[in-house]
Amino acid sequence: MEQFLINPDCMVYDNHPVTLTGEPFHYCPGCGHGVIHKVLMEVVRDLGIQEEVIGVAPVGCSVFAYHYMNVDMQEAAHGRASAVATAIKRVRPQNYVFSYQGDGDLAAIGTAETIHTVNRGENILMVFVNNAIYGMTGGQMAPTSLIGMKTATSPYGRDAASMGNPIKITELLAQLPGAYYVARHAVHTPNAVRKLTKAFKNAFEYQKLNRGTCFIEVVSNCPSGWKMSPVQSIDWIEKNMLPMFPLGDIKVPDPKTGDPVMVKNN
Amino acid sequence: MEKQELKGKEIKLMKGNEALAEAAIRAGLDAYFGYPITPQSEVMEYLTENIPLRRGLVLQAESEVASINMVYGAAGAGARVMTSSSSPGMSLMQEGISYIASAQLPCLLVNVMRGGPGLGTIQPSQGDYFQAVKGGGHGDYKLFTLAPSTVQEMVDFVFEGFKMAEKYRVPAMLLADGALGQMMEKVELPAEGQFPHVIPEWATTGKKEGRKQNVITSLFIQPEKMEQINLDLQAKYKAMEIEVKSESINTEDADLILVAFGLVARICMKAAELAREKGIKVGVIRPITLFPFPTEVLNTTADRIKKFLVVEMNAGQMVEDVRLSINGKADVQFYGRMGGMIPNPEEILTKLESMMK
Repeated sequence: MEQFLINPDCMVYDNHPVTLTGEPFHYCPGCGHGVIHKVLMEVVRDLGIQEEVIGVAPVGCSVFAYHYMNVDMQEAAHGRASAVATAIKRVRPQNYVFSYQGDGDLAAIGTAETIHTVNRGENILMVFVNNAIYGMTGGQMAPTSLIGMKTATSPYGRDAASMGNPIKITELLAQLPGAYYVARHAVHTPNAVRKLTKAFKNAFEYQKLNRGTCFIEVVSNCPSGWKMSPVQSIDWIEKNMLPMFPLGDIKVPDPKTGDPVMVKNN
Repeated sequence: MEKQELKGKEIKLMKGNEALAEAAIRAGLDAYFGYPITPQSEVMEYLTENIPLRRGLVLQAESEVASINMVYGAAGAGARVMTSSSSPGMSLMQEGISYIASAQLPCLLVNVMRGGPGLGTIQPSQGDYFQAVKGGGHGDYKLFTLAPSTVQEMVDFVFEGFKMAEKYRVPAMLLADGALGQMMEKVELPAEGQFPHVIPEWATTGKKEGRKQNVITSLFIQPEKMEQINLDLQAKYKAMEIEVKSESINTEDADLILVAFGLVARICMKAAELAREKGIKVGVIRPITLFPFPTEVLNTTADRIKKFLVVEMNAGQMVEDVRLSINGKADVQFYGRMGGMIPNPEEILTKLESMMK
């Protein structure tokens, strides 16, 4: 007898879009990566652009993104996804190109490539998954780790004086003229997932305009690295991550002119 | 600039770096990514001036780290792509080159060597021989390495480099030096558009209906798989040995052989001429491909001739491969200058005379 654990009406994403390979995710229980992969690939399916999309995977927990995303992909060296994506888009401007990176990859080792890719206004989508920790290597301090946050390399808590502050790279990038659409989303509630879906859709549609870089940060969790249950990690996002990394649009195209404008309060 | 039309070919007087850049355009270059560094900045300058009027794209990256990873991305997307740099910049690229070798992407890398270590000097050197032919980055891999000794070869080896890179799916390296990059010589340039490039079926071009996704990666986490990839790479490097090239000059009657690559080989030819004027029969062997290395020709020459002198603009790097090739059959000595100093024929002659005493 078939039994639904989840009422199909309550599903916020399709479990089996053709744009996923069907390979089971290797991610830890409760991790946001699986949802982000599914949402991204669902949008690729809905827009009917599977044949045109080329993705770039990072080094980090999502290093095997190409095992799951059923599109042509390249695996980049640590931090270099946006340089790789730049070149792919330059030699194949008719394709849709996205990069997918974590916080250590994008905002620490790859900071130079990240800033210059956006500054050149490369017509790509950059997906930035921020879970404030190095997950794959075992929970070390990341550039976005919060002050006081305990990690494997900040066992007494992150101390700003000796370890620096969490970097709000998304706000920083939004200042660059090359940035066309910049937003921060999350995947910790069904509503947040729906908003992220819409943002990914916007970003691919904007890519057709050749107006600049679309950059979407996704605030996510790392139950294993944070040493929490999945439920606790969601609570922790609400209480600790979102005050530091508030959700919403940061820079969007003006509906009348199409020129990118900063959203108030950013 | 002299110019003469010859059935689509052209003869020009050109600087090495510019000739190389012009050759790349004529070889159907799709994309160039680079970062300025002396003594090869003219390559990107020439390309940015000429590519907009011809075909291809050129992008000045934020660093050599970025440019080599752009080469990875473009090569993985099926483009004919190159970068160029000089010694410190090539050091920055080594991580990316290792990834390119592992992912088996064809591309052309140009190192116009300058004196090191460190920031060193902008004068010519051959101090990056080991880095070029022994891998350079992490892991077991090789570059198809060509060593030009004239501005004409700066042109010819662009075509040869792309040809070998695409035939074997390996990065090819054109290993020049600051003098070759800066000096002017007469060159014959082949006609444009004679060197077609087909986008390979493995490239990431978008997953078309009916084919499996194409993935460019250097990550093979299962040791059994990673070992197999290594075995495949080694088999390929072995197969590349048929492409070995060297030049032997007046070796038939020689009592002593000079071995040198690149610019130094030309200086050795002059030294050999001076030696013959003094009655010392000297021949020259010039490795043209540094990987694959002309082991066979050196080994068989050592059956007849028992004295070899290797001359390099470094502390003695290729000499190790010459000794391995000759495998104890002959006396192999070394003479080198470093730090941007170029040996002259007379000082090589003095060394030759001391060996014949």
